[in-house]
Amino acid sequence: MSAAIALLNKAGTIIELDQVKVRYLGKEGELTKLLKGLSKLSQDERPAAGNRINQGKKQVEEALNQRRAILLENEVQIRLAADNIDVTLPGRGLSRGGLHPVSIVLERIERLFRSIGFSVASGPEIETDFYNFTALNIPQNHPARAMHDTFYVENGDLLRTHTSPVQIRFMAEHKPPLKVIAPGRVYRCDSDVTHTPMFHQVEGFWVDEEVNFSALKGILMTFMQNFFEREDLKVRFRPSFFPFTEPSAEMDISCVMCNGSGCRVCSHTGWLEVLGCGMVHPNVLKYVNIDSEKYTAFAFGVGVERLTMLRYGVSDLRLFFENDLRFLAQFN
Amino acid sequence: MRFSENWLRSLVNPPYSRDQLVHTLTMAGVEVESVDEVASAFDNVVVAEVISVQKHPDADRLTICNVDVGLANNTLLQIVCGAANVSESIKVPCALVGACLPGGIVIKQSKLRGVESFGMLCSAQELGLGEKKEGLLVLPGDAPVGMNFRDYYQLEDRIFTLKLTPNRADCLSLNGIAREVAAITDTLLHVPEYELARDGCVDRLTVNVEVPDACPLYCGRIIRNVTPATPTPLWMVHRLERSGIRAINIVVDILNYVMLEMGQPMHGFDLAKISDQLLGKVVVRFAHSDETLKLINGENLELKSDMLVIADTNRAVALAGIMGGLETSIQNETTDVFLESAYFSPHVISGKSFKLGFNTDSAYRFERGVDFASTRKALERATQLILELMDDAVAGPITQVESSLPQRSPVMVRLSKIQQVLGINLNSNQIASILERLRFSFSEDKGIFHISPPSYRFDLAIEVDFIEEVARIYGYDRIPISLPKTTVSMLPDSELGRLSPSQLRNMLVLRDYQEVINYAFVDPQWELDFSKDCIPIALKNPIASQMSVMRTTLIGGLIANLQFNISRKQSRVRLFEIGCCFLRGAGDNYQQIEKIAGICYGDTLEEQWGVTSRNVDYFDIKMDIESVYLPQKVTFNKCEHHALHPGKSAQIIIDNHVVGWLGELHPRLQTQYDLPRPVILFELSLDSLDRKHLSKAKVLSKFPPVYRDIAIVISEHVTNDQLLKTMKDEQLHIVKDIYLFDYYSGKSLEQGKKSYAYRILLQDNEKTLTDQEVEVAILKLISVLQAKYDAKLRV
Repeated sequence: MSAAIALLNKAGTIIELDQVKVRYLGKEGELTKLLKGLSKLSQDERPAAGNRINQGKKQVEEALNQRRAILLENEVQIRLAADNIDVTLPGRGLSRGGLHPVSIVLERIERLFRSIGFSVASGPEIETDFYNFTALNIPQNHPARAMHDTFYVENGDLLRTHTSPVQIRFMAEHKPPLKVIAPGRVYRCDSDVTHTPMFHQVEGFWVDEEVNFSALKGILMTFMQNFFEREDLKVRFRPSFFPFTEPSAEMDISCVMCNGSGCRVCSHTGWLEVLGCGMVHPNVLKYVNIDSEKYTAFAFGVGVERLTMLRYGVSDLRLFFENDLRFLAQFN
Repeated sequence: MRFSENWLRSLVNPPYSRDQLVHTLTMAGVEVESVDEVASAFDNVVVAEVISVQKHPDADRLTICNVDVGLANNTLLQIVCGAANVSESIKVPCALVGACLPGGIVIKQSKLRGVESFGMLCSAQELGLGEKKEGLLVLPGDAPVGMNFRDYYQLEDRIFTLKLTPNRADCLSLNGIAREVAAITDTLLHVPEYELARDGCVDRLTVNVEVPDACPLYCGRIIRNVTPATPTPLWMVHRLERSGIRAINIVVDILNYVMLEMGQPMHGFDLAKISDQLLGKVVVRFAHSDETLKLINGENLELKSDMLVIADTNRAVALAGIMGGLETSIQNETTDVFLESAYFSPHVISGKSFKLGFNTDSAYRFERGVDFASTRKALERATQLILELMDDAVAGPITQVESSLPQRSPVMVRLSKIQQVLGINLNSNQIASILERLRFSFSEDKGIFHISPPSYRFDLAIEVDFIEEVARIYGYDRIPISLPKTTVSMLPDSELGRLSPSQLRNMLVLRDYQEVINYAFVDPQWELDFSKDCIPIALKNPIASQMSVMRTTLIGGLIANLQFNISRKQSRVRLFEIGCCFLRGAGDNYQQIEKIAGICYGDTLEEQWGVTSRNVDYFDIKMDIESVYLPQKVTFNKCEHHALHPGKSAQIIIDNHVVGWLGELHPRLQTQYDLPRPVILFELSLDSLDRKHLSKAKVLSKFPPVYRDIAIVISEHVTNDQLLKTMKDEQLHIVKDIYLFDYYSGKSLEQGKKSYAYRILLQDNEKTLTDQEVEVAILKLISVLQAKYDAKLRV
């Protein structure tokens, strides 16, 4: 037995150890044979001999386990000594792309309005004169049409100059109360440093029984404060004119670049014009058969590129449509 | 609308600083876009009189002047002058020693060719007053000597520029703006008062308005003995110039001045040039189709039958409300004039200047609406100014032709509606006081107002128009901020149907694509190259020829983005765009289809260690597409697409419908677009990604799976899809999955052959499979492949 333990402790590897194990504890092992030989002993001798053999076996097993643990630990140590990587090497495989910053902002606006129960609608980009103008209370030859430099296509239709036609299409097909935003591309025949012939707008409207100008101010202020994540963001509303709203307003926010103290971005006024809005004109509600005595509605339209520029400090509008990877990757 | 601040303040002068006034106007919806100085900074310049002029003894072009600048004891200054127009007794601005002029020039006492000079006589240009006229700026004879020139010329004035919304035509005049300021600031208004001129002669022209609907009011009168060459008074020139109107001659200047003051555009004709002046007739009618008219701007216009004209007995002499004719225009030699002040209906003038390609102050006002209650008053005002400024002028009687002018019926405005729309509890007294400030006439009974819109307000016709007025004067900022009470309803969120663009974008972003956004109008050449069979929808008025047709495919833009980025040294580009494409439908209808397209160029992975780099290929992108479509299975069929490599492109098919395509850019186009390495492209219709079925969980087998591999050799024309279909058609229920795991073609195979290796998963839901069951199934699969495709087992 002591010979067995000596052999175990001499074993240098798990394999050698297993050989020793087989020699003593295997089916034909020496200790196993001794146990089998018990039956040849007399009744009296058996318990004591059995005890001795089992104790011996136990000791061998213990020694075996101890030795096994040492050998396993050695092997681990050897692997650890051999395996050593530079954890600062770059990771391998496919990296990740990114969203266009205008998409990021569009999705953000959608999420904010969804969180207060607005659904999202869309409409065609080639529109009819009726939906883009007439139904929005802008008759033929109205000077307001001059504010929209309109692209026309072959059949006399036009590229929508705003996402407001979606308002008409949606209101005509659904019954109030309605809370909807309509994001999308819009087109105006204008191209210079501060205008691109295509840009994005989000139109929003709320039709219900107790929607009023005070609520319009509340919703839009909350939106802007959440969008810019600034609770102290100041807003102001100025009278303006849109044929499809009355009263109409322009909304300004305190400049997010200089906090209202005056800088180049806000032309040193401390204010940024960000959005047009108002109470939906009764003529528009009439077109879509909504009773303007029972229901009131507000609507707004916001330029997405403008918000994107303010949010991420982009100084040149044209960068959005150049699609320079170095520019786009900054927003990933 | 631009105007002089001093002029405005002469009409209404609230106790507001300039900044306060600007802010108040802006917050009341009359946005002040800019406030500009009328002249650059300079000082120590006074009005001076040249008393004597002598030739400089040593310089031909110089003179020595003795100048009175208003010093005590009639002391004169000696000033050497180089201007050709200097002469005795003229009055000019004089910069004294120490004066600082625009451009940083400081006037010092100096010697010019040996003669001392104590100042400088100035030209307009030297004072930064713009005009590039040669010589000294000669001032009117009554200019007070010694007066600070800046005060004399009112150079401390400012030019206000308003950004007026199209509904506020009433603010296109100084009187109108003043009226508005008075209402906003609750200040007293001083409108200039004058005596009406008396008729000095009996001459008149008959006015024949053939189209009363287009011209409901026409006033005209003859004025004889005018002298257009008379200098226009300085104050009037300044007010005109500060409104951006150039002085022409005193008669035209007066008409323009009255337009600025009262908002009524006017026109003056040279009476002598109107034919048949003895029979004397002016006609307001639409143009005849073959008529032409040479306008004041020199343009020879072919008139159209929807253009309103002023005519004499023979011909059109003016484009009514837009621009006068050259031939009958007032020149310096003109002695008698016919003045016109009329109200032309907005719908007759609207849109005309847009079609003509030029706008005029007159058309701009008429299309927005001119106050017809001022039409006659404006004629009276112009007459009074002409008679006051030209001694011999005499006026004839006014001829007035009037028909049905726009009605301004009282509008019912309910206090309750005001409260409903604005969300504030104003009371009747507050409303009444606002209406008084606005000078609206109204009556009130138990919260119901009846308000008559003034003639100058074309934007007030229904109840809400007045609600806006109330809100505007009350102050938008004083309306409290609140959040509406609303009923709760949960938004639907279906797992079926349209995949949200946001989900789709994120899938591609995680597969290393960068999103781009391109213009929807493109270069027609792109369409020819990438979408040959479609005839794109053209824009009637494109910005540029390379943006003149609506895209039928997103590919053109992506290729352009690729070129742009390659030229900026990017070697690996992976882009996608989601956007509308525009196709012709039946008849005049267009189809607007949302598509998604992608482009891949360069290596499969960004350059990195431990990975052998290789070009991205068809199969890399195929996996991107397949995973975007999951759990939907899509089929790829070889296709001919003229923009794609014929051997490396496929249509994408769902339920026998082609929903898109994928492939390598045709090598010809690759060369044409100067792209050094192959390009892989795809384009799918967005609605093909719609989720059609809800996932349904199946019971998983508890029994062990068995895997068997078979490698077969087949003809290179046999496709993987054919082989898979053949095996699956056997419908062996224990065969759960078959997939290709290896592909080989090469020397060890016979010419025209390739080898595919499939791994087959076999499993039963009810029991553990026996070796024999497995062998039977595998042999069955092999034998059907042998039978159908002459497949040989590869050993």
